[in-house]
Amino acid sequence: MAMAKEIAAEEFSAVVARHRPQIFRFLLSSTRDVDLAETLTQDCFLKAHRNWSSFRGESSAMTWLMRIAINLQKDHWRNRRMQFWRHTQSNAVALDEASEWLPSGERSVEQQLLARERVGQVSKAVEGLSERQRTIFLLRYVEEAELSEIARATGLSEGTVKAHLSRAVARVRAELGGKR
Amino acid sequence: MSFKDKAGEVGNFAEEPGELDEALKDFRLSVHAWSDAVYSRPRTAVAPRQVWRMAAGWALGCVLVAGGASAGVWQHHQREMKSAAARVAEQERMAVQQRNQKARQEDEDLLAKVDRDVSREVPAAMEPLAQMMTEDKTP
Repeated sequence: MAMAKEIAAEEFSAVVARHRPQIFRFLLSSTRDVDLAETLTQDCFLKAHRNWSSFRGESSAMTWLMRIAINLQKDHWRNRRMQFWRHTQSNAVALDEASEWLPSGERSVEQQLLARERVGQVSKAVEGLSERQRTIFLLRYVEEAELSEIARATGLSEGTVKAHLSRAVARVRAELGGKR
Repeated sequence: MSFKDKAGEVGNFAEEPGELDEALKDFRLSVHAWSDAVYSRPRTAVAPRQVWRMAAGWALGCVLVAGGASAGVWQHHQREMKSAAARVAEQERMAVQQRNQKARQEDEDLLAKVDRDVSREVPAAMEPLAQMMTEDKTP
């Protein structure tokens, strides 16, 4: 019994080490608030640890963790809507500031500026999405999740995920098109 | 296929051609780079969100309010007690005064009655002499 617990603890430690950065990244891009993303990431793994024995491997550990993270974020929005906005007003970073982190690669200065501008436009469009559309968009285009995984993580059908994604992409496209 | 694990690994989404595809790829790269930079920075211990301090503040506030209210009630109660005691003392003083006055009045009445009775029963000192003089005048 003690041995089994030890193995489970080791497994869980490995899961944390492997997936923590990705969960943090998703929460950071969703909330745009470093402190809040760190807090929710901690909460996510705390909750996962409590329920680790009930994880049956029906989906990947990452999908399971992402589902917990999405629910925590949803709860946070629902329960503390006013406080959240007050909080984010002071701590949130405009998502287009992320464009400053864009690796230069082998682009010319002009290409870099153009790329940053495009990233800023995408960010602006993402900020304007509904919570659900933003979650799906970020899972798809930042975390590169498959539609089936997004469906499992969000608890929606694949058809619904596709519809939300299509609307989100249309909005991004419109933002990019409108600025040209 | 599952969620990709490496931050730098970027897939191409064939259904989003051209500029949109490029923009989405750059967006992904910038978010990954931002997150990596924030995640790998040295962390300072995040202080708990001052919950205990807020709770202590509320508790102190409640104690002060309750203390102030109870002090007010206590003072009011003390004032009421004092005024009630003063009223009782005044009433007692009035009662004693009335009793004394009544007693004095009774004494005076009694003395007056005694004077009247004595004056009726005892003849005046010169009355026998006056009677003798009256008898001498008779022929």
